[in-house]
Amino acid sequence: MKTTPRILEVRTRILKKNDEIARAMRRDFERLGLLVVNIVSSPGTGKTAFLKETLARLAARGEPSAAVVGDLETDNDARRLAESGVPVRQINTHGLCHLEAEMVAEHLAGWDLAGLRYLFIENVGNLVCPTSWDLGESLRVALLSVTEGEDKPLKYPGLFNTADVAVITKIDLAEACEFDRDLARANLEAIRPGMRILETSAKTGHGLEAWLGELAGRRARLTAG
Amino acid sequence: MAAARSLRLLHAIPPSPPAVPHAAGNRVMHELSIATSIVEAVTGQLQEHGGGRVAAVNLRIGRLCCVHENPLRFSFDLVREGTPLEAAELRIEEVPVVIWCPTCEAERELPGIQSFVCPTCGTRSGDIRSGRELDLESIELAGLADEEAP
Repeated sequence: MKTTPRILEVRTRILKKNDEIARAMRRDFERLGLLVVNIVSSPGTGKTAFLKETLARLAARGEPSAAVVGDLETDNDARRLAESGVPVRQINTHGLCHLEAEMVAEHLAGWDLAGLRYLFIENVGNLVCPTSWDLGESLRVALLSVTEGEDKPLKYPGLFNTADVAVITKIDLAEACEFDRDLARANLEAIRPGMRILETSAKTGHGLEAWLGELAGRRARLTAG
Repeated sequence: MAAARSLRLLHAIPPSPPAVPHAAGNRVMHELSIATSIVEAVTGQLQEHGGGRVAAVNLRIGRLCCVHENPLRFSFDLVREGTPLEAAELRIEEVPVVIWCPTCEAERELPGIQSFVCPTCGTRSGDIRSGRELDLESIELAGLADEEAP
């Protein structure tokens, strides 16, 4: 004899726990006037070089900032970033392909964030896995280097679609790579209509002032709203 | 063909599958985290509703979530061992991407996820109405007779 199964209508997010932690962190960050930026890209796009330059320039302007860095196995990136003189913490994911809100919360525990203006979270280099994990950020930035090809956004639409800003890195190599910037922009626009797109070079400094301006504008809106 | 497809989808899997989710030294895929969250969420619901065993779990997964069915099933099989979900069927409904087209003044389903353009009139739109779901819809509990059946 078979009985009819009882059905529990749940209708909840699978990542509810992550979302709740992220939401609570975002509330805290916003109360402190802290703009938190989640940086995602493939391995090798130049996240660390871009971030190191960003941190150094913010420090030179007297804008307190800090970073947490996700890495599969090493602390190389954290050590490189620490050279900029700002506080850096390392999240070693031990092979996990993305950061989750709980890991960020654990690594921020005991850290006095008051007085900071910007906190950067360098995600694990991966254009698929970080897509669905909210880390409490106010701004998600996807990096794309000229060496990777213009069609990267079309290959990873899920992630690029969740980003607020796209930063094209290593623009100093554009000519050598025969990088078609109009095509890259069109592909980003197709995946995320209206997306803000910046071109930068951590090596020459190209576009970094515009990037800092973008950050300042976003932070002003955060503290105003 | 099926094997080749699985290999392609299991993009981050180690040569031997991890025995424990998030175990040190293993390369794990994000579907394993999703599967762990499913088991935790369902187990939590069961505790609230007086326990029991699960016959089926119904999920809705949007096409923009980058969660793939084969690695999710593979991961689910790993993490549900020894839980009330041990014999549960995983039912996955894929949710297409729907945008709001301001020109048509209507919701439009996109044929893919690589161009956020109204398939009817060609207007660009980033106003996404569905496709990002990663939802646990419902849980079907096994009746006593089901459990006793061979």
